[in-house]
Amino acid sequence: MSPPLVEVSAISRSYSMRSGMFGRATAVHAVDGVSLTIPKGETLGLVGESGSGKSTTGRIVLGLEPPDRGEVRFDGKPMAAPGTPAWRAQRARMQMIFQDPLGALDRRLPVATQIREPLDIHGIGTPAMRDERVRELLRAVELTPAHGARYPGALSGGQRQRIVLARALATNPDFLVCDEPVSALDVSIQAQVVNLLCDLQAQLSLTLLFISHDLRVVRQISNIVAVMYLGRIVEIGSADDLFARPEHPYTQALVSASPAPGRRSAGRIVLAGDPPNPAARPQGCAFHPRCPRAIARCASEVPALSTLSGDRQVACHLVTGAQARDAA
Amino acid sequence: MAALVNIQDLRVAFSGVPVLRGVDLALQKGEAVGLVGESGSGKSVTWLSALGLLPRQATVTGSVRLDGRELLGAPASELDQVRGGRIAMIFQDPASALNPVLTIRKQLCEALALHRDLQGNAVKAEARRLLDLVGIPDAGRRLEAYPHEFSGGQVQRIMIAMALAGNPDVLIADEPTTALDATIQAQILELLSSIRREFAMAMVLISHDLGVVAENCDRVAVMYAGRIVEQAPANQLFADPVHPYAQGLIGALPPLDGPRRRLTAIPGTVPDPAKMPDGCAFAPRCAMAAEACNLAAPPLAPIANDRVVACIRAEASRRALLGIAAE
Ligand SMILES: Nc1ncnc2c1ncn2[C@@H]1O[C@H](COP(=O)(O)OP(=O)(O)OP(=O)(O)O)[C@@H](O)[C@H]1O
Ligand SMILES: Nc1ncnc2c1ncn2[C@@H]1O[C@H](COP(=O)(O)OP(=O)(O)O)[C@@H](O)[C@H]1O
Ligand code: SF4
Ligand code: SF4
Ligand SMILES: [Mg+2]
Ligand SMILES: [Mg+2]
Repeated sequence: MSPPLVEVSAISRSYSMRSGMFGRATAVHAVDGVSLTIPKGETLGLVGESGSGKSTTGRIVLGLEPPDRGEVRFDGKPMAAPGTPAWRAQRARMQMIFQDPLGALDRRLPVATQIREPLDIHGIGTPAMRDERVRELLRAVELTPAHGARYPGALSGGQRQRIVLARALATNPDFLVCDEPVSALDVSIQAQVVNLLCDLQAQLSLTLLFISHDLRVVRQISNIVAVMYLGRIVEIGSADDLFARPEHPYTQALVSASPAPGRRSAGRIVLAGDPPNPAARPQGCAFHPRCPRAIARCASEVPALSTLSGDRQVACHLVTGAQARDAA
Repeated sequence: MAALVNIQDLRVAFSGVPVLRGVDLALQKGEAVGLVGESGSGKSVTWLSALGLLPRQATVTGSVRLDGRELLGAPASELDQVRGGRIAMIFQDPASALNPVLTIRKQLCEALALHRDLQGNAVKAEARRLLDLVGIPDAGRRLEAYPHEFSGGQVQRIMIAMALAGNPDVLIADEPTTALDATIQAQILELLSSIRREFAMAMVLISHDLGVVAENCDRVAVMYAGRIVEQAPANQLFADPVHPYAQGLIGALPPLDGPRRRLTAIPGTVPDPAKMPDGCAFAPRCAMAAEACNLAAPPLAPIANDRVVACIRAEASRRALLGIAAE
């Protein structure tokens, strides 16, 4: 395996939230002890339901906000303090793409100007070289200079997301965080953007953190997949293997809940209970109130993420407990 | 068997721009039909126009019959009885469909008063029964709560309870789970299918998610640019789609198991409704397009006794499929 480009060690982040006008401030544990390693040139997919802490993890990895605890290392070095020249140099090597391409673009500027902007900001190349680079980037995302002359409003959703991608690639980054980049797109357009991302990743040897709630898209694009539930990673493993043989009861429910043409819903695991609430995280295994296999121990003891076999890690008393029994 | 709802040549234009361009769709009693297609293809407008829910600037022509009675141009009093009575509709964004300043009890009772002949305590008892039926725990007490006190999945359950208030024969569910997380979506879909079985209710499930439609419907209609381009039993459509757009949609869906393959993306985007091509609307994106495709829009034609396709090369496409099957 190639050496890691991004190493995340036990990061945590909580926010304090006031419920109601006179309510007491409660802590929302958005991210709690998350560790991840992304090898150079590979894609790590992060899946989980709304509020599970995916975007917060992405922002911390990019250095957009500091973790309360833990550390992020990029290419072997800790993230520099925000605002310093070392930080800017690191930041130029990482870029991000969000779900809403229209929100990420300025409606009043032609899109080519916006692709060029990072080159102007970082003072990369002569003006003529920058123009050439913009043409090259437009070609890379399968658009033409004519598209570049348009305003965001005159492009389709898929085309806008390509512009955002072109701009993210302008500084030749090594690392890209994509937060739900295709969730707002129709299936046929989504496939165009997913194919494009796969191609560019291979051509440019990009390292990707790909955040999505869509298991299919994540599997298509990722080498490794991590599943988050209420701020923690509950299972991590290789993309093909994880969805084919999920071990954690939550991953099993997620895979089972993903509808597939050609399969009727017989045998589906339907979880009882409400979606998880990060402001009221249950004790013990946070999944226990909804877990169909919970045992007494699950309500009090937090299961640690432990290696099951090969590259699979699971945080569940039943799975790793059984293994411990086998080993004994 | 005469259809419960029969839509024929339904056309809708907004300020002169046609967005529905001749939709034909029949719904049998108790049947679940899925409607899929790109956003803007006219899935919602089909049912909003059928129920007289479009704004004034919309021009609607064609025919929508419920048990043989024409709904288009029917008097408002008759439509009021149909909507929420015989045909109920639930929407993608459930929160905006409930009134935030009224309790759930008030809103459920209003729906019941409109469509059912119930008095006094019976109304409240029925409201409670409905809330129970859709799986809201502690229904009696929760009747007094306001919409914001429920989670997204629970609000969608309440919308389903409201839809059931009129004992409808048909439920139109427009993207009922799109705003919900995967595990909650699975709960709502299970609730819908158990209710459908229990009450022998027909359902139209509008969704952009092919998997959701495949698993929950008997028959599926694929829409593109204001028309139905293919209609088939769900299993057949997903196993061997015939229309090139239907093939493209299914090829664009990443698989969840088996080997990974490059997705077959459909190139380009949907045409602007104001600049629709003369011939087949899919021609600019179609890998099989030929000269003749640009002459006239192909009509929906049968290719088997329960399958229709609107493509002049459907015959070739179907023969190709049969050829593969014969090998
Ligand atoms: N700046 C903030 N202030 C307060 N709470 C926050 C803040 N940012 C995130 N949170 C909370 O932290 C939790 C995790 O949020 P996050 O955005 O990381 O979730 P997510 O997994 O990306 O969800 P989604 O799938 O909806 O995008 C949520 O409960 C969220 O409301
Ligand atoms: N009230 C309206 N006024 C003008 N155009 C509308 C209105 N409602 C829908 N449309 C247009 O009609 C077309 C079909 O819309 P719709 O049925 O909502 O698509 P979908 O298949 O996504 O449900 C789209 O081009 C949409 O912009
Ligand atoms: S630790 Fe217990 S509650 Fe948590 S997933 Fe495993 S069995 Fe379920
Ligand atoms: S009619 Fe022609 S353009 Fe239209 S779908 Fe068929 S082959 Fe393609
Ligand atoms: Mg997010
Ligand atoms: Mg719609």
